[in-house]
Amino acid sequence: MFRFLVRRVLGALVILLIISAVTFWLFYAIPRDPAMMSCGKNCTPDMLKQVRHNLGIDHPVPVQYWYWLKGIFVGRSYGDFGNCSAPCLGYSFANREPVLGTILDRLPLTLSLAFGSAVVFLIFGVGAGMIAAVKQGKWQDKLASSGSLIASSLQIYFVGYIAMYFLVSKLGILDNPSYTPLTHNPVKWASGLLLPWLVLALIWTANYTRMTRSQMVETLSEDYVRTARAKGMSSRTVFFRFAWRGAMGPIVTIFGIDLATLIGGAIITESVFSLQGVGRLALDAVNKSDLPMVLGVTLLSAGAIVFFNIIVDAVYASIDPRIRLA
Amino acid sequence: MSNTNPLLDVSGLTKHFPIKGGFPIRRTVGAVQAVDGLDFQVNEGESLGLVGESGCGKSTTGRLITRLLEPTAGTVRYRGQDITHASRRELAPVRSEIQMIFQDPYASLNPRQTVGKIISGPMEINDINPAGGREKRVRELLEIVGLNPEHYNRFPHEFSGGQRQRIGVARALALEPKLIVADEPVSALDVSIQAQVVNLLQKVQQELGIAFVFIAHDLAIVRHFSQRVAVMYLGRIVEIADREDLYGNPRHPYTRALLSAVPEATVDEDAPARERIRLVGDVPSPINPPTGCRFRTRCWKATEKCATEAPPLVQAEGNKPGHLTACHYPETADPIPAPRLAKNTEAAA
Amino acid sequence: MTSTDQQPFLSVKDLKVHFSTEDGVVKAVDGLSFDLVKGQTLGIVGESGSGKSVTNLTILGLHDPARTTIEGEILLDGKELLSASERELERLRGNKMSMIFQDALASLSPYHTVGTQIAETYRKHTGASKREARARAIEMLRRVGIPQPDVRVDDYPHQFSGGMRQRAMIAMALVCDPELLIADEPTTALDVTVQAQIMDLLKDLQQEFGTAIIFITHDLGVIADVADDVLVMYGGRCVERGTKREVLGAPQHPYTLGLLGSMPSLDGPVDVPLSPIPGAPPSLLNPPTGCRFHPRCGFAEKVAGGLCSTERPALDVVDGRGSACHLTLEQRAEFFADFAGSRHH
Repeated sequence: MFRFLVRRVLGALVILLIISAVTFWLFYAIPRDPAMMSCGKNCTPDMLKQVRHNLGIDHPVPVQYWYWLKGIFVGRSYGDFGNCSAPCLGYSFANREPVLGTILDRLPLTLSLAFGSAVVFLIFGVGAGMIAAVKQGKWQDKLASSGSLIASSLQIYFVGYIAMYFLVSKLGILDNPSYTPLTHNPVKWASGLLLPWLVLALIWTANYTRMTRSQMVETLSEDYVRTARAKGMSSRTVFFRFAWRGAMGPIVTIFGIDLATLIGGAIITESVFSLQGVGRLALDAVNKSDLPMVLGVTLLSAGAIVFFNIIVDAVYASIDPRIRLA
Repeated sequence: MSNTNPLLDVSGLTKHFPIKGGFPIRRTVGAVQAVDGLDFQVNEGESLGLVGESGCGKSTTGRLITRLLEPTAGTVRYRGQDITHASRRELAPVRSEIQMIFQDPYASLNPRQTVGKIISGPMEINDINPAGGREKRVRELLEIVGLNPEHYNRFPHEFSGGQRQRIGVARALALEPKLIVADEPVSALDVSIQAQVVNLLQKVQQELGIAFVFIAHDLAIVRHFSQRVAVMYLGRIVEIADREDLYGNPRHPYTRALLSAVPEATVDEDAPARERIRLVGDVPSPINPPTGCRFRTRCWKATEKCATEAPPLVQAEGNKPGHLTACHYPETADPIPAPRLAKNTEAAA
Repeated sequence: MTSTDQQPFLSVKDLKVHFSTEDGVVKAVDGLSFDLVKGQTLGIVGESGSGKSVTNLTILGLHDPARTTIEGEILLDGKELLSASERELERLRGNKMSMIFQDALASLSPYHTVGTQIAETYRKHTGASKREARARAIEMLRRVGIPQPDVRVDDYPHQFSGGMRQRAMIAMALVCDPELLIADEPTTALDVTVQAQIMDLLKDLQQEFGTAIIFITHDLGVIADVADDVLVMYGGRCVERGTKREVLGAPQHPYTLGLLGSMPSLDGPVDVPLSPIPGAPPSLLNPPTGCRFHPRCGFAEKVAGGLCSTERPALDVVDGRGSACHLTLEQRAEFFADFAGSRHH
């Protein structure tokens, strides 16, 4: 286990390094000058030069990348704009704040959104999928299949606005989406995020219903499930102890990747409900050619995916004794 | 090249699959010794049977001969030409003369191609244009393997398992090969169909004079089809001989045990009771095979010498020429002595 | 035949099993009857699609009830199984009747240790404590010849060799001393030396416990080794039955004869072709009319009036011996005469 973790974490760091280098390089392929935007309307060539210097973009790209890397370990100074202490992921061109601080500000909202909706879609998706698998071909199965087909063809911006209109404005059942930190007021935290959770979870629930159903149907036809029945195990035991155990692995794998994707920012959901999460941050940064911020959010997404992959592999190994961690 | 030279000459053939491991940097920490120093020849028009239990390396051997796998050591000579490490280009002319038939007639045919396309595939790849065209040749081949030439445009799924294996045979025959490596060609088929395919292969061998390396675990089928038979155990040949000698006078204890384990569909109570030797335990791991003779851990006559000295594959005393046995204490026709039998085997009631 | 002087323990009467599929109704078993007494082994021989496995899954009630229609009667120790509730069947399975399968690796749960899988069967049917069940599991592993059973009990199936897995499977099936054991091709995936070990083991255990065994296989050699009585199935029907000696020594049905002719032996002639059965096994979606074997049968034209393609031959069983063929006994005596000469030298 220890060897596995060390090896995988080292691998993850290499991956993040490559991703940051590629992002850096790609960014400079875009013909846009972030200094122009930062400098403002009445920009003189001298001012522009000064801004460029402050932003640290007056060096060749490899040198800039080196400074950026160094900043992570020793911090960095941005002239008039101020200092950025280690670990420094850079300094935002647009809102003139250290990147890391901004991301950390936005992260709690995004994490709340991601984990909250994950709980909803796991419970409903996996539950509906299991019921559909037990009742193969019966009305429950047909309902789950057609329901999930409809739900997965809906779009968040469509469902989101309709739900806002009816559930919040017209009927007033749910609160207007807002974010209160969990530590301040748990009740407000939940009530403010309930609508985004449900809307975001709707489409994912559909996917998990279908995935769980097909995995369960597959494992229910495995030989070892037949053996379990042949030795007199009850249908319930067969279903949960044998079939579900086999179906769990693939579902856990997909769930890890999905969760990581959500932590990278649910851009549309955040936009629809006017929530200031990581997704919105990424969108704004791209629009403003804010390289350090783009880089920071990209690394967050990549880091989340790499991290959850490690977790998934460890969990998979604990589910399936045939997998050896190495 | 004279006629006395074998068609295929294999010497010291070895294949070790590396095992990766270690920390923090992965490296080769061991090897699965799938095939370890094989010597044998196949003469023109002859069928050599390779038998042994799962994990003995017989399939790997087939893949090494056809160069689907790269040998770790040793040489493979085809008509005197060393093809052990030949490049694709050098191998091309030889490839058309050595063909392969696989076990699974379902998986080894492309389901999206018609039978005509499948069988003419080898001709297309090698840019061979027989007189009268490829289609005519394919129809001839279908005829030879006992399929209706009208089925040229059908797809594999329209055929039964036995018919699919016939398609596989037709494809192997397309380039007029001199040697066919058949890897368990009938073991996926029903009993009544197995006999059809064995007869077809026998007809092909006899009428077209094609040499075979016939890999199978069914000893009765191998005896029926192959003039010479090699018995493998844990990556090595333990005995090789003409079939009459091998089945009639097995000298290696493993051969003797293997033959005695084959169930026969006879109920003749007047016939003398067949010898029953029951090996105990399992085949050891090819990652860490026993020293010396690899069979010694399950052998009832193993001594100190067997653990330290690997027995060479030689013509043991009393063997006919060409009958080679790798054993320090070759078997005689005598029954296995009772005290040792009690330890490792059971006598028939 | 021994079955006449003892009450049958398992009795299958005119069993019909039909599946509905997208392509139509598959008549997997079409009127099958047989009896089995305790301590005896019935070998069921047949090729793919003969209905041999379906029959036995039906005895245990492991078919998919939504797609299957079953007619006939299955009596286990006097109890009718086809009308039994799922709960009653659960109590019988693994307890009074159990089953072992061909592919032991796929048939054992990869997620649980071998010991757990044996112990849970024992606990389910006896209500034993965890500790007792574990001790029983170790004892069973020892009985089936697993070395160091107290250590291997905690291994997972993938840590066992092929032969040991099948032994563990047998241990699991026999943990509650069942009176009926159904073995579905238990040695087909194994090497011959391991196959021999497993067959010896089953014979020893049968002597010890008096279990009735149904041994399903396609291999007549295996049948010759383990069976007392033999039932030959073709296209969902029994075509021939009798004692092992009768069926293998003096076959009465052209299909049995064909099977024997298809198998090379260790001492038969080598340079002559085998005599296979032409064609392929029938589709059970649309089986041949009359005798299901007639399209592949070399003797069909010897029967007057084309009876073979129009009328199903009756299986008349006298003293456990019978065959379903329109040929007269005299004709068979004449046509099958070379058989003995070609197989025994």
